[in-house]
Amino acid sequence: MSISTPLSLRSNLDWLLRAASLGCALTAAVVLLLILLFLTQASWPLLQQPASLLGASWQPANGLFGLQAMLGASLLSSLLALLLAVPAGLLVSIWLIFYAPAAVARVYGAMLGLMASIPSVVYGLWGLVVLVPLLGAWLPPGASLLAAGIVLALMILPLLMVQADVALRESARRHLPAALCLGVSPWSAIRRVLLPAAWPRLWPAILLQLGRALGETMAVLMVAGNVVQWPGSPFAPVRTLTANIALEMSYATGPHLQALYLSGWLLLVLALLLMALARLYGSRT
Amino acid sequence: MTAATQPPSLSIQNLSVHYGEQGALLGASLDVAPGELMAVVGPSGCGKSSMLSAVNRMSDLIPGARVSGRVLIDNQDVLNGAVDVQALRRQVGMVFQQPNPFPLSIAENILFALREHGVRDKRELHGRMEQALQATGLWNEVRDRLHKPALGLSGGQQQRLCFARALALEPRVLLLDEPCSALDPIASATVEGLIDSLKGRYTLLMVTHNLAQARRLADHVAVCWVRDGCGCVLDSGPACELFESARDPQAQRYLNGMLC
Repeated sequence: MSISTPLSLRSNLDWLLRAASLGCALTAAVVLLLILLFLTQASWPLLQQPASLLGASWQPANGLFGLQAMLGASLLSSLLALLLAVPAGLLVSIWLIFYAPAAVARVYGAMLGLMASIPSVVYGLWGLVVLVPLLGAWLPPGASLLAAGIVLALMILPLLMVQADVALRESARRHLPAALCLGVSPWSAIRRVLLPAAWPRLWPAILLQLGRALGETMAVLMVAGNVVQWPGSPFAPVRTLTANIALEMSYATGPHLQALYLSGWLLLVLALLLMALARLYGSRT
Repeated sequence: MTAATQPPSLSIQNLSVHYGEQGALLGASLDVAPGELMAVVGPSGCGKSSMLSAVNRMSDLIPGARVSGRVLIDNQDVLNGAVDVQALRRQVGMVFQQPNPFPLSIAENILFALREHGVRDKRELHGRMEQALQATGLWNEVRDRLHKPALGLSGGQQQRLCFARALALEPRVLLLDEPCSALDPIASATVEGLIDSLKGRYTLLMVTHNLAQARRLADHVAVCWVRDGCGCVLDSGPACELFESARDPQAQRYLNGMLC
Protein backbone atom coordinates (compact mmCIF):
# COMPACT_ATOMS: atom_id res chain seq x y z
CA MET A 1 0.00 0.00 0.00
CA SER A 2 1.34 3.38 -0.90
CA ILE A 3 -0.35 4.89 2.10
CA SER A 4 1.31 2.68 4.68
CA THR A 5 4.80 4.11 4.15
CA PRO A 6 4.13 7.70 5.22
CA LEU A 7 1.94 6.39 8.02
CA SER A 8 4.66 4.23 9.52
CA LEU A 9 7.19 7.02 9.00
CA ARG A 10 4.92 9.34 10.90
CA SER A 11 4.54 7.01 13.81
CA ASN A 12 8.34 6.65 13.98
CA LEU A 13 8.74 10.40 14.11
CA ASP A 14 6.01 10.48 16.68
CA TRP A 15 7.95 8.08 18.88
CA LEU A 16 11.10 10.17 18.48
CA LEU A 17 9.31 13.37 19.36
CA ARG A 18 7.71 11.75 22.35
CA ALA A 19 11.01 10.43 23.62
CA ALA A 20 12.76 13.77 23.06
CA SER A 21 10.08 15.83 24.77
CA LEU A 22 9.83 13.37 27.66
CA GLY A 23 13.61 13.51 28.00
CA CYS A 24 13.63 17.30 28.16
CA ALA A 25 10.76 17.38 30.62
CA LEU A 26 12.48 14.86 32.87
CA THR A 27 15.79 16.73 32.68
CA ALA A 28 14.15 19.95 33.82
CA ALA A 29 12.45 18.22 36.73
CA VAL A 30 15.63 16.33 37.70
CA VAL A 31 17.76 19.50 37.60
CA LEU A 32 15.33 21.27 39.91
CA LEU A 33 15.30 18.29 42.24
CA LEU A 34 19.12 18.08 42.21
CA ILE A 35 19.46 21.77 43.07
CA LEU A 36 17.05 21.36 45.95
CA LEU A 37 18.89 18.23 47.13
CA PHE A 38 22.28 19.88 46.82
CA LEU A 39 21.23 22.98 48.75
CA THR A 40 19.54 20.89 51.43
CA GLN A 41 22.62 18.71 51.82
CA ALA A 42 25.04 21.64 51.82
CA SER A 43 23.10 23.49 54.49
CA TRP A 44 22.02 20.40 56.42
CA PRO A 45 24.14 20.98 59.58
CA LEU A 46 22.60 24.42 60.02
CA LEU A 47 19.09 23.31 59.01
CA GLN A 48 19.08 21.04 62.06
CA GLN A 49 19.22 24.02 64.42
CA PRO A 50 16.47 26.27 63.07
CA ALA A 51 16.30 28.35 66.26
CA SER A 52 19.72 29.89 65.67
CA LEU A 53 18.83 30.71 62.08
CA LEU A 54 15.87 32.77 63.14
CA GLY A 55 18.12 34.97 65.25
CA ALA A 56 18.49 38.62 64.46
CA SER A 57 22.25 38.94 64.31
CA TRP A 58 24.45 37.92 61.41
CA GLN A 59 28.06 37.77 62.67
CA PRO A 60 29.76 34.95 60.80
CA ALA A 61 33.06 35.58 62.63
CA ASN A 62 31.30 34.84 65.93
CA GLY A 63 29.31 31.93 64.60
CA LEU A 64 26.00 33.81 64.58
CA PHE A 65 24.02 33.10 61.44
CA GLY A 66 20.65 34.75 62.05
CA LEU A 67 18.90 35.23 58.71
CA GLN A 68 15.84 36.99 60.06
CA ALA A 69 16.81 40.55 59.16
CA MET A 70 17.89 39.66 55.64
CA LEU A 71 14.85 37.50 54.99
CA GLY A 72 12.73 40.40 56.19
CA ALA A 73 14.58 42.81 53.91
CA SER A 74 14.09 40.49 50.93
CA LEU A 75 10.38 40.11 51.57
CA LEU A 76 9.78 43.77 52.42
CA SER A 77 11.65 45.17 49.43
CA SER A 78 9.82 42.80 47.07
CA LEU A 79 6.41 43.55 48.57
CA LEU A 80 7.16 47.26 48.42
CA ALA A 81 8.02 46.81 44.74
CA LEU A 82 4.65 45.10 44.15
CA LEU A 83 2.85 47.80 46.09
CA LEU A 84 4.37 50.41 43.79
CA ALA A 85 4.31 48.49 40.51
CA VAL A 86 0.93 46.72 40.53
CA PRO A 87 -1.40 49.73 40.86
CA ALA A 88 0.77 51.83 38.56
CA GLY A 89 1.06 49.03 36.00
CA LEU A 90 -2.67 48.36 35.98
CA LEU A 91 -3.55 52.03 35.62
CA VAL A 92 -1.11 52.51 32.74
CA SER A 93 -2.42 49.35 31.02
CA ILE A 94 -5.99 50.59 31.37
CA TRP A 95 -5.02 53.95 29.93
CA LEU A 96 -3.15 52.28 27.04
CA ILE A 97 -6.01 49.95 26.10
CA PHE A 98 -9.02 52.16 26.60
CA TYR A 99 -7.99 55.80 26.48
CA ALA A 100 -4.66 56.32 24.68
CA PRO A 101 -4.63 57.35 21.00
CA ALA A 102 -3.78 54.34 18.82
CA ALA A 103 -0.43 55.75 17.68
CA VAL A 104 0.69 56.49 21.25
CA ALA A 105 -0.37 53.01 22.37
CA ARG A 106 1.69 51.42 19.58
CA VAL A 107 4.84 53.38 20.45
CA TYR A 108 4.30 52.71 24.14
CA GLY A 109 3.89 48.99 23.53
CA ALA A 110 7.19 48.88 21.67
CA MET A 111 8.82 50.82 24.50
CA LEU A 112 7.55 48.29 27.04
CA GLY A 113 9.21 45.48 25.12
CA LEU A 114 12.42 47.49 25.17
CA MET A 115 12.15 48.22 28.90
CA ALA A 116 11.59 44.54 29.62
CA SER A 117 14.87 43.66 27.90
CA ILE A 118 17.03 46.12 29.84
CA PRO A 119 19.46 44.15 32.06
CA SER A 120 18.60 44.57 35.73
CA VAL A 121 22.10 45.83 36.52
CA VAL A 122 21.31 48.90 34.40
CA TYR A 123 18.30 49.62 36.58
CA GLY A 124 20.67 49.27 39.54
CA LEU A 125 23.10 51.68 37.94
CA TRP A 126 20.37 54.25 37.42
CA GLY A 127 19.27 53.74 41.02
CA LEU A 128 22.81 54.26 42.27
CA VAL A 129 23.52 57.38 40.24
CA VAL A 130 20.11 59.09 40.24
CA LEU A 131 17.74 57.64 42.81
CA VAL A 132 20.04 57.14 45.81
CA PRO A 133 21.44 60.73 45.77
CA LEU A 134 17.86 62.05 45.38
CA LEU A 135 16.62 60.06 48.36
CA GLY A 136 19.81 60.90 50.23
CA ALA A 137 19.18 64.63 49.84
CA TRP A 138 15.72 64.12 51.31
CA LEU A 139 16.44 61.65 54.12
CA PRO A 140 20.03 60.31 54.29
CA PRO A 141 21.69 57.96 53.61
CA GLY A 142 19.64 57.31 50.47
CA ALA A 143 20.71 53.74 49.91
CA SER A 144 17.74 52.09 51.59
CA LEU A 145 14.80 49.71 51.57
CA LEU A 146 12.82 52.32 49.68
CA ALA A 147 15.49 52.68 46.99
CA ALA A 148 15.55 48.88 46.58
CA GLY A 149 11.75 48.80 46.35
CA ILE A 150 11.63 51.52 43.71
CA VAL A 151 14.36 49.97 41.57
CA LEU A 152 12.67 46.57 41.81
CA ALA A 153 9.32 48.13 40.94
CA LEU A 154 10.80 49.68 37.80
CA MET A 155 12.42 46.39 36.92
CA ILE A 156 9.21 44.31 37.18
CA LEU A 157 6.89 46.98 35.77
CA PRO A 158 7.41 46.29 32.03
CA LEU A 159 6.69 42.56 32.14
CA LEU A 160 3.87 43.11 34.59
CA MET A 161 2.30 45.56 32.15
CA VAL A 162 2.80 43.27 29.17
CA GLN A 163 0.94 40.52 31.04
CA ALA A 164 -1.73 42.88 32.36
CA ASP A 165 -2.22 44.13 28.81
CA VAL A 166 -2.88 40.62 27.49
CA ALA A 167 -5.25 39.77 30.36
CA LEU A 168 -7.21 43.03 30.15
CA ARG A 169 -7.52 42.99 26.36
CA GLU A 170 -8.92 39.46 26.46
CA SER A 171 -11.29 40.50 29.23
CA ALA A 172 -12.40 43.57 27.23
CA ARG A 173 -12.95 41.54 24.07
CA ARG A 174 -15.26 39.19 25.92
CA HIS A 175 -17.09 41.48 28.28
CA LEU A 176 -16.82 45.15 27.34
CA PRO A 177 -19.67 45.26 24.77
CA ALA A 178 -22.04 43.39 27.09
CA ALA A 179 -21.18 45.65 30.00
CA LEU A 180 -21.57 48.87 28.02
CA CYS A 181 -24.90 47.64 26.64
CA LEU A 182 -26.18 47.86 30.21
CA GLY A 183 -25.70 51.61 30.06
CA VAL A 184 -22.87 51.81 32.59
CA SER A 185 -19.91 54.14 32.18
CA PRO A 186 -16.69 52.72 30.72
CA TRP A 187 -14.97 53.26 34.06
CA SER A 188 -17.55 51.17 35.96
CA ALA A 189 -17.34 48.48 33.30
CA ILE A 190 -13.56 48.37 33.73
CA ARG A 191 -13.67 48.41 37.53
CA ARG A 192 -16.63 46.13 38.19
CA VAL A 193 -16.40 43.66 35.30
CA LEU A 194 -13.15 43.77 33.31
CA LEU A 195 -10.71 43.82 36.24
CA PRO A 196 -12.46 41.04 38.20
CA ALA A 197 -12.70 39.01 34.98
CA ALA A 198 -8.99 39.48 34.29
CA TRP A 199 -7.96 38.74 37.88
CA PRO A 200 -7.37 34.97 37.45
CA ARG A 201 -4.74 35.84 34.83
CA LEU A 202 -3.37 38.91 36.62
CA TRP A 203 -2.74 37.12 39.90
CA PRO A 204 -0.24 34.51 38.57
CA ALA A 205 1.52 37.29 36.66
CA ILE A 206 1.87 39.28 39.88
CA LEU A 207 3.23 36.27 41.77
CA LEU A 208 5.69 35.58 38.97
CA GLN A 209 7.01 39.14 39.23
CA LEU A 210 7.19 38.80 43.02
CA GLY A 211 9.41 35.79 42.40
CA ARG A 212 11.64 37.86 40.11
CA ALA A 213 11.87 40.66 42.67
CA LEU A 214 12.79 38.21 45.45
CA GLY A 215 15.51 36.70 43.31
CA GLU A 216 17.01 39.94 41.99
CA THR A 217 20.53 40.39 43.30
CA MET A 218 22.65 42.96 41.52
CA ALA A 219 20.24 45.89 41.24
CA VAL A 220 19.29 45.53 44.91
CA LEU A 221 22.88 45.16 46.05
CA MET A 222 23.72 48.46 44.35
CA VAL A 223 21.05 50.57 46.05
CA ALA A 224 19.98 48.89 49.31
CA GLY A 225 22.93 49.96 51.47
CA ASN A 226 23.77 46.40 52.57
CA VAL A 227 23.64 46.89 56.34
CA VAL A 228 22.33 43.76 58.03
CA GLN A 229 19.48 45.07 60.18
CA TRP A 230 15.74 45.09 60.47
CA PRO A 231 14.68 48.26 58.68
CA GLY A 232 13.28 50.70 61.24
CA SER A 233 11.90 52.80 58.40
CA PRO A 234 11.78 52.69 54.59
CA PHE A 235 14.79 55.00 54.59
CA ALA A 236 17.03 52.60 56.52
CA PRO A 237 19.70 50.66 54.62
CA VAL A 238 19.12 46.90 54.43
CA ARG A 239 20.77 43.78 53.03
CA THR A 240 18.73 41.15 51.22
CA LEU A 241 19.42 37.41 51.19
CA THR A 242 20.46 37.51 47.56
CA ALA A 243 22.84 40.42 48.06
CA ASN A 244 24.34 38.65 51.07
CA ILE A 245 25.15 35.56 49.02
CA ALA A 246 26.79 37.66 46.32
CA LEU A 247 28.77 39.75 48.81
CA GLU A 248 30.16 36.94 50.98
CA MET A 249 30.33 33.86 48.76
CA SER A 250 33.86 34.62 47.61
CA TYR A 251 35.46 34.21 51.05
CA ALA A 252 33.03 32.18 53.15
CA THR A 253 34.10 28.81 54.57
CA GLY A 254 32.73 26.21 56.96
CA PRO A 255 29.46 27.09 58.77
CA HIS A 256 29.51 30.55 57.14
CA LEU A 257 29.40 28.90 53.73
CA GLN A 258 26.65 26.58 54.92
CA ALA A 259 24.64 29.61 56.03
CA LEU A 260 24.94 31.08 52.54
CA TYR A 261 23.76 27.82 51.01
CA LEU A 262 20.89 27.93 53.44
CA SER A 263 20.01 31.42 52.17
CA GLY A 264 19.84 29.96 48.68
CA TRP A 265 17.70 27.10 49.98
CA LEU A 266 15.29 29.60 51.56
CA LEU A 267 15.00 31.58 48.32
CA LEU A 268 14.33 28.43 46.31
CA VAL A 269 11.68 27.21 48.74
CA LEU A 270 10.04 30.65 48.73
CA ALA A 271 9.95 30.63 44.94
CA LEU A 272 8.46 27.12 44.88
CA LEU A 273 5.82 28.15 47.41
CA LEU A 274 4.90 31.16 45.27
CA MET A 275 4.54 29.00 42.18
CA ALA A 276 2.44 26.48 44.11
CA LEU A 277 0.23 29.33 45.29
CA ALA A 278 -0.20 30.62 41.74
CA ARG A 279 -1.02 27.12 40.53
CA LEU A 280 -3.46 26.49 43.35
CA TYR A 281 -5.26 29.74 42.62
CA GLY A 282 -5.29 28.99 38.90
CA SER A 283 -6.91 25.60 39.43
CA ARG A 284 -9.61 27.09 41.65
CA THR A 285 -10.82 29.59 39.03
CA MET B 1 -41.65 42.80 35.15
CA THR B 2 -44.32 45.38 35.51
CA ALA B 3 -43.49 47.91 32.87
CA ALA B 4 -45.14 51.03 34.15
CA THR B 5 -44.91 52.69 30.78
CA GLN B 6 -46.24 51.27 27.52
CA PRO B 7 -43.64 49.82 25.16
CA PRO B 8 -42.58 52.39 22.57
CA SER B 9 -42.73 52.32 18.81
CA LEU B 10 -39.46 51.84 16.96
CA SER B 11 -38.98 53.31 13.54
CA ILE B 12 -35.84 52.99 11.45
CA GLN B 13 -35.78 55.45 8.58
CA ASN B 14 -33.30 55.44 5.72
CA LEU B 15 -30.56 54.07 7.99
CA SER B 16 -27.08 53.64 6.53
CA VAL B 17 -23.99 52.31 8.30
CA HIS B 18 -20.49 52.61 6.86
CA TYR B 19 -17.24 51.26 8.25
CA GLY B 20 -14.61 53.53 6.73
CA GLU B 21 -15.32 53.45 3.00
CA GLN B 22 -17.10 50.09 3.19
CA GLY B 23 -20.88 50.24 3.30
CA ALA B 24 -22.54 47.71 5.62
CA LEU B 25 -26.14 48.86 5.41
CA LEU B 26 -27.73 51.26 2.93
CA GLY B 27 -31.04 53.06 3.22
CA ALA B 28 -32.78 50.59 5.53
CA SER B 29 -36.29 51.45 6.70
CA LEU B 30 -38.69 49.49 8.89
CA ASP B 31 -41.30 50.09 11.56
CA VAL B 32 -41.94 48.09 14.72
CA ALA B 33 -45.26 48.74 16.45
CA PRO B 34 -45.30 49.06 20.26
CA GLY B 35 -44.95 45.67 21.95
CA GLU B 36 -44.42 43.76 18.71
CA LEU B 37 -41.55 41.53 17.67
CA MET B 38 -39.86 42.28 14.38
CA ALA B 39 -37.63 39.47 13.10
CA VAL B 40 -34.81 40.52 10.79
CA VAL B 41 -33.71 37.65 8.55
CA GLY B 42 -31.25 37.36 5.70
CA PRO B 43 -27.86 35.91 4.79
CA SER B 44 -24.64 36.75 6.66
CA GLY B 45 -23.09 40.12 5.91
CA CYS B 46 -26.31 41.88 4.96
CA GLY B 47 -26.06 44.49 7.71
CA LYS B 48 -28.45 42.99 10.29
CA SER B 49 -26.07 43.37 13.20
CA SER B 50 -25.01 46.82 12.02
CA MET B 51 -28.69 47.80 12.17
CA LEU B 52 -28.95 46.64 15.80
CA SER B 53 -25.73 48.41 16.78
CA ALA B 54 -27.15 51.70 15.54
CA VAL B 55 -30.28 51.40 17.68
CA ASN B 56 -28.38 51.29 20.99
CA ARG B 57 -25.49 53.37 19.65
CA MET B 58 -22.96 50.58 20.19
CA SER B 59 -21.84 51.72 16.75
CA ASP B 60 -20.20 54.66 18.55
CA LEU B 61 -17.58 52.25 19.85
CA ILE B 62 -16.51 50.88 16.46
CA PRO B 63 -13.61 52.92 15.09
CA GLY B 64 -14.46 54.41 11.71
CA ALA B 65 -18.19 53.60 11.89
CA ARG B 66 -20.49 56.24 10.39
CA VAL B 67 -24.26 56.09 10.86
CA SER B 68 -26.78 58.22 9.00
CA GLY B 69 -30.57 58.28 8.79
CA ARG B 70 -32.99 58.24 11.70
CA VAL B 71 -33.79 55.74 14.46
CA LEU B 72 -36.92 56.90 16.27
CA ILE B 73 -37.99 55.45 19.61
CA ASP B 74 -41.37 57.01 20.41
CA ASN B 75 -40.53 59.68 17.84
CA GLN B 76 -37.24 60.61 19.50
CA ASP B 77 -34.19 60.27 17.26
CA VAL B 78 -31.57 58.26 19.16
CA LEU B 79 -28.91 59.13 16.57
CA ASN B 80 -29.10 62.75 17.65
CA GLY B 81 -25.73 63.77 19.10
CA ALA B 82 -27.39 65.26 22.16
CA VAL B 83 -28.85 61.91 23.31
CA ASP B 84 -27.48 60.59 26.61
CA VAL B 85 -26.05 57.29 25.35
CA GLN B 86 -25.92 55.63 28.78
CA ALA B 87 -29.57 56.48 29.44
CA LEU B 88 -30.44 55.19 25.95
CA ARG B 89 -28.76 51.86 26.61
CA ARG B 90 -30.76 51.47 29.81
CA GLN B 91 -33.91 51.86 27.69
CA VAL B 92 -32.68 49.55 24.96
CA GLY B 93 -31.45 46.22 26.31
CA MET B 94 -29.43 43.79 24.23
CA VAL B 95 -28.84 40.03 24.22
CA PHE B 96 -26.00 38.61 22.17
CA GLN B 97 -25.54 35.46 20.12
CA GLN B 98 -23.08 33.83 22.50
CA PRO B 99 -24.32 33.63 26.08
CA ASN B 100 -21.92 36.07 27.75
CA PRO B 101 -22.59 36.38 31.47
CA PHE B 102 -19.80 38.10 33.36
CA PRO B 103 -17.46 35.74 35.26
CA LEU B 104 -19.00 36.93 38.52
CA SER B 105 -21.66 35.36 40.72
CA ILE B 106 -25.18 34.88 39.35
CA ALA B 107 -26.49 37.63 41.62
CA GLU B 108 -23.67 40.01 40.80
CA ASN B 109 -24.38 39.68 37.07
CA ILE B 110 -27.72 41.37 37.67
CA LEU B 111 -26.87 43.62 40.61
CA PHE B 112 -23.83 45.20 39.00
CA ALA B 113 -25.66 47.45 36.56
CA LEU B 114 -28.50 48.17 39.00
CA ARG B 115 -26.00 49.50 41.53
CA GLU B 116 -24.23 51.55 38.89
CA HIS B 117 -27.58 53.12 38.07
CA GLY B 118 -27.99 54.27 41.63
CA VAL B 119 -30.20 51.57 43.17
CA ARG B 120 -28.78 51.38 46.70
CA ASP B 121 -31.58 49.94 48.80
CA LYS B 122 -30.83 46.27 49.58
CA ARG B 123 -34.46 45.23 49.48
CA GLU B 124 -35.09 46.93 46.16
CA LEU B 125 -31.92 45.43 44.66
CA HIS B 126 -32.95 41.95 45.73
CA GLY B 127 -36.55 42.49 44.63
CA ARG B 128 -35.57 43.57 41.14
CA MET B 129 -33.10 40.71 40.82
CA GLU B 130 -35.76 38.20 41.86
CA GLN B 131 -38.29 39.74 39.45
CA ALA B 132 -35.85 39.54 36.56
CA LEU B 133 -34.97 35.94 37.38
CA GLN B 134 -38.66 35.07 37.74
CA ALA B 135 -39.41 36.63 34.36
CA THR B 136 -36.79 34.46 32.69
CA GLY B 137 -37.87 31.30 34.53
CA LEU B 138 -34.49 31.04 36.23
CA TRP B 139 -35.51 31.85 39.79
CA ASN B 140 -36.42 28.33 40.85
CA GLU B 141 -33.31 26.94 39.19
CA VAL B 142 -30.81 29.32 40.81
CA ARG B 143 -32.40 30.65 44.02
CA ASP B 144 -30.19 28.38 46.13
CA ARG B 145 -26.97 29.31 44.38
CA LEU B 146 -27.23 33.01 43.69
CA HIS B 147 -23.68 33.50 44.91
CA LYS B 148 -22.17 30.70 42.83
CA PRO B 149 -20.28 31.57 39.60
CA ALA B 150 -22.56 32.32 36.64
CA LEU B 151 -20.23 30.38 34.37
CA GLY B 152 -21.27 27.20 36.19
CA LEU B 153 -24.71 27.43 34.58
CA SER B 154 -25.63 25.53 31.43
CA GLY B 155 -25.59 27.35 28.09
CA GLY B 156 -29.34 27.89 28.02
CA GLN B 157 -29.37 29.10 31.63
CA GLN B 158 -26.50 31.47 30.88
CA GLN B 159 -28.46 32.95 27.99
CA ARG B 160 -31.55 33.38 30.16
CA LEU B 161 -29.33 35.07 32.77
CA CYS B 162 -28.27 37.50 30.02
CA PHE B 163 -31.97 38.19 29.39
CA ALA B 164 -32.49 38.71 33.14
CA ARG B 165 -29.48 41.05 33.28
CA ALA B 166 -31.08 43.20 30.59
CA LEU B 167 -34.64 42.99 31.99
CA ALA B 168 -33.57 44.04 35.50
CA LEU B 169 -32.90 47.54 34.14
CA GLU B 170 -36.54 47.74 33.02
CA PRO B 171 -35.78 48.55 29.39
CA ARG B 172 -38.51 49.36 26.88
CA VAL B 173 -36.88 47.98 23.74
CA LEU B 174 -34.93 44.72 23.47
CA LEU B 175 -32.41 43.96 20.73
CA LEU B 176 -31.79 40.24 20.26
CA ASP B 177 -28.84 39.25 18.06
CA GLU B 178 -29.46 35.59 17.14
CA PRO B 179 -30.24 34.74 20.78
CA CYS B 180 -30.76 31.01 20.18
CA SER B 181 -28.19 30.16 17.55
CA ALA B 182 -25.52 29.01 20.02
CA LEU B 183 -27.92 26.82 22.03
CA ASP B 184 -28.97 23.19 21.74
CA PRO B 185 -32.56 22.57 20.51
CA ILE B 186 -34.07 22.10 23.97
CA ALA B 187 -32.42 25.18 25.50
CA SER B 188 -33.34 27.02 22.32
CA ALA B 189 -37.00 26.10 22.77
CA THR B 190 -36.93 27.37 26.37
CA VAL B 191 -35.42 30.68 25.28
CA GLU B 192 -37.98 30.93 22.47
CA GLY B 193 -40.72 30.51 25.05
CA LEU B 194 -39.12 33.29 27.07
CA ILE B 195 -38.98 35.61 24.05
CA ASP B 196 -42.62 34.85 23.30
CA SER B 197 -43.55 35.84 26.86
CA LEU B 198 -41.83 39.22 26.44
CA LYS B 199 -44.00 40.24 23.50
CA GLY B 200 -46.53 42.92 24.39
CA ARG B 201 -44.40 44.24 27.25
CA TYR B 202 -41.33 45.20 25.25
CA THR B 203 -40.76 46.26 21.68
CA LEU B 204 -38.44 43.62 20.24
CA LEU B 205 -36.06 43.65 17.29
CA MET B 206 -34.58 40.18 16.74
CA VAL B 207 -31.97 39.10 14.23
CA THR B 208 -32.21 35.40 13.37
CA HIS B 209 -30.98 32.95 10.77
CA ASN B 210 -33.71 30.54 11.68
CA LEU B 211 -36.70 31.11 9.37
CA ALA B 212 -38.88 28.63 11.27
CA GLN B 213 -38.17 30.56 14.45
CA ALA B 214 -39.05 33.84 12.75
CA ARG B 215 -42.32 32.31 11.59
CA ARG B 216 -43.12 31.09 15.12
CA LEU B 217 -42.24 34.26 16.99
CA ALA B 218 -42.44 37.30 14.76
CA ASP B 219 -45.35 39.69 14.33
CA HIS B 220 -43.46 41.40 11.53
CA VAL B 221 -40.56 40.24 9.40
CA ALA B 222 -37.90 42.19 7.50
CA VAL B 223 -35.75 40.48 4.88
CA CYS B 224 -32.23 41.85 4.43
CA TRP B 225 -30.04 41.16 1.42
CA VAL B 226 -26.66 42.05 -0.02
CA ARG B 227 -26.84 44.26 -3.10
CA ASP B 228 -23.73 45.68 -4.76
CA GLY B 229 -21.66 44.55 -1.78
CA CYS B 230 -23.84 46.43 0.68
CA GLY B 231 -26.67 45.35 2.97
CA CYS B 232 -30.22 46.58 2.49
CA VAL B 233 -33.81 45.79 3.49
CA LEU B 234 -35.57 44.01 0.60
CA ASP B 235 -39.03 43.80 2.07
CA SER B 236 -40.82 43.99 5.38
CA GLY B 237 -44.35 43.43 6.60
CA PRO B 238 -46.61 41.35 8.83
CA ALA B 239 -45.09 37.89 9.23
CA CYS B 240 -48.06 35.88 7.92
CA GLU B 241 -48.39 38.05 4.81
CA LEU B 242 -44.70 38.16 4.05
CA PHE B 243 -44.22 34.41 4.37
CA GLU B 244 -47.20 33.91 2.01
CA SER B 245 -46.44 36.55 -0.56
CA ALA B 246 -43.52 38.93 -0.25
CA ARG B 247 -43.61 41.70 -2.83
CA ASP B 248 -39.92 41.33 -3.57
CA PRO B 249 -39.28 38.10 -5.57
CA GLN B 250 -35.84 37.62 -4.01
CA ALA B 251 -37.32 37.93 -0.52
CA GLN B 252 -40.10 35.54 -1.52
CA ARG B 253 -37.61 32.92 -2.66
CA TYR B 254 -35.51 33.36 0.52
CA LEU B 255 -38.52 32.99 2.82
CA ASN B 256 -39.54 29.84 0.96
CA GLY B 257 -36.16 28.33 1.61
CA MET B 258 -34.91 28.68 -1.99
CA LEU B 259 -31.69 30.33 -1.04
CA CYS B 260 -30.00 30.75 -4.41
